Amino acid sequence: MRRLRAKGFDHVFLALFSFIMIYPVIWWVGASLKKTSELSLPTIWPSIPMWENYSKGWRFSGEYTFAHFFGNTLLMELGNVVGGVLTAAIVAYGFGRLYFGLKGFWFSILLLTMMLPGQVTVVPQYILFNKLGMVDSYVPLVLPHFFGGGAFFIFLLVQFIRGIPRDLDEAAKIDGASVYGIFLRIIFPLIKPALVTVGIFTFIWSWDDFFAQVLYLSSVEKFTVGLALRMFIDQFDIQWGQLLAMSLLSIMPSVLIFFLAQKHFVEGIATTGLKG
Amino acid sequence: MKRKDNRITHLAGYVFISPWLLGFLLLTLWPIAQSFYLSFTEYSLLEAPQWIGMDNYVNIFTNDSTFTTSLKVTFMFVLFSVPLKLFFSLMVAMALNKSLRGMNIYRTAIYFPSLIGGSIAVAALWRNMFSLDGYVNQVLGWFGIQGVAWISNPDTSLATLILLNTWQFGSTMVIFLAGLKQIPQELYESASVDGAGKTRKFFSITLPMLSPVMFFNLVLGIIGSFQTFTSAYIITKGGPINSTYMYAMFLYEKAFKHYQMGYASALAWILLVIVALLTIINFAASRYWVFYESDGGKAK
Repeated sequence: MRRLRAKGFDHVFLALFSFIMIYPVIWWVGASLKKTSELSLPTIWPSIPMWENYSKGWRFSGEYTFAHFFGNTLLMELGNVVGGVLTAAIVAYGFGRLYFGLKGFWFSILLLTMMLPGQVTVVPQYILFNKLGMVDSYVPLVLPHFFGGGAFFIFLLVQFIRGIPRDLDEAAKIDGASVYGIFLRIIFPLIKPALVTVGIFTFIWSWDDFFAQVLYLSSVEKFTVGLALRMFIDQFDIQWGQLLAMSLLSIMPSVLIFFLAQKHFVEGIATTGLKG
Repeated sequence: MKRKDNRITHLAGYVFISPWLLGFLLLTLWPIAQSFYLSFTEYSLLEAPQWIGMDNYVNIFTNDSTFTTSLKVTFMFVLFSVPLKLFFSLMVAMALNKSLRGMNIYRTAIYFPSLIGGSIAVAALWRNMFSLDGYVNQVLGWFGIQGVAWISNPDTSLATLILLNTWQFGSTMVIFLAGLKQIPQELYESASVDGAGKTRKFFSITLPMLSPVMFFNLVLGIIGSFQTFTSAYIITKGGPINSTYMYAMFLYEKAFKHYQMGYASALAWILLVIVALLTIINFAASRYWVFYESDGGKAK
């Protein structure tokens, strides 16, 4: 009886808490169809849904539609995800399986860089890309992902690779496989689940990496969805309904991926992220 | 034969880590060194950097009230948002670490805000919700609380950003959850046999066993909070009266709005020193409260 009541309490607590957490998002969906005067109400559904919030918001800039901005962002994401996943796997194999001089030293450096505030490197990086004439292009946004995809992901994959039994490597070695062969035929296929996690996080984090986008992209033609939204917010007379509609669309790719790969998400990080 | 073998694996090791190593040298190590040099110069991108010695630092510490303000604002932000986030994520992780029906739904609902939280879209949402005629004030009105213009009032603007930051506690929570799942169930069982209650179990088992995870979350939480940018930039634009002028935003504007690259580099180095000091303090203090199982069961 006491157990049952305890469970009931847990349910009430969790349900209430989930509701508070998610309410702004539910409200957001309704708000994207509201006219301005109704936006101050906590109610969800508008009296008359303004579907034109979407059609007008989609074309707010006059020059380009959001289709253009989505295209830009997805193009950038393609580079980021491919670069990040491939190079993180390669580097993690080196750290996770191979012996080489100064390995411990380099691995500590890798972990240290996770704690380095990005502000320290951003000015010289900007100067560098500026000298190379690459400011206002996607190169400064995409290129860094091709250098191992970020310390956090390498670390995550190293942990994952260390969990794979070495017998598999040994067996392949006896069969005459080189370290490269072992990586391609044994390790790479086995770490695919972890690579999916890396890909998902790379996608979502670079979608939200507003700082880099605002820094490096200046012409509207190249704007990402995030920058287009900022342009929207900076207008003199903000059409809030339209802005909220477009904001809501802008998070859809991440949301879609989240629900498609949900199992991966919470459990994926739980099993790969923090073992040992 | 053996030696040749060794050389080959050495080489292979470096071949595999070369993408990271190259990136580290080009995009991290070299920029750090250059930023250190630039912090002693005046540089506007147009002309070559001019050596001015300690002038940037002297100016920052003696002449720049914005520096003091933004540092204060950032410290306040870190001081409140880090513990709040840790507290909430631990509580929620413990609630989620039970076998209940529908747990997936709860977990999704609670994690969801963190999925989208850092984006500019949510910043826009937040700006609307917390404006004077936003719906938050309407709800508060039901409880007889007179709403204020949360974002344009310097007394409450920072709190709004802290709240937004706390709302996205999902990643921290997931890490806690993973930590909770690794605590051996036997510990709780034998504690029950010894007659320990819930509170006792929490303080004697859960907290010590979770302390490494807590430490990890604390260190990264502090470092991350010091770099908060998007919310301040979009929701409040640093205002009103600089009440949310976060350090990262200050640095960004010095560098990329006023093109004072040398000055901004000095600011970056001050940030690095502050973050490094806090991290060192954290590591030093961790000896007294972080418990590692491999120590043979004693917290050092």
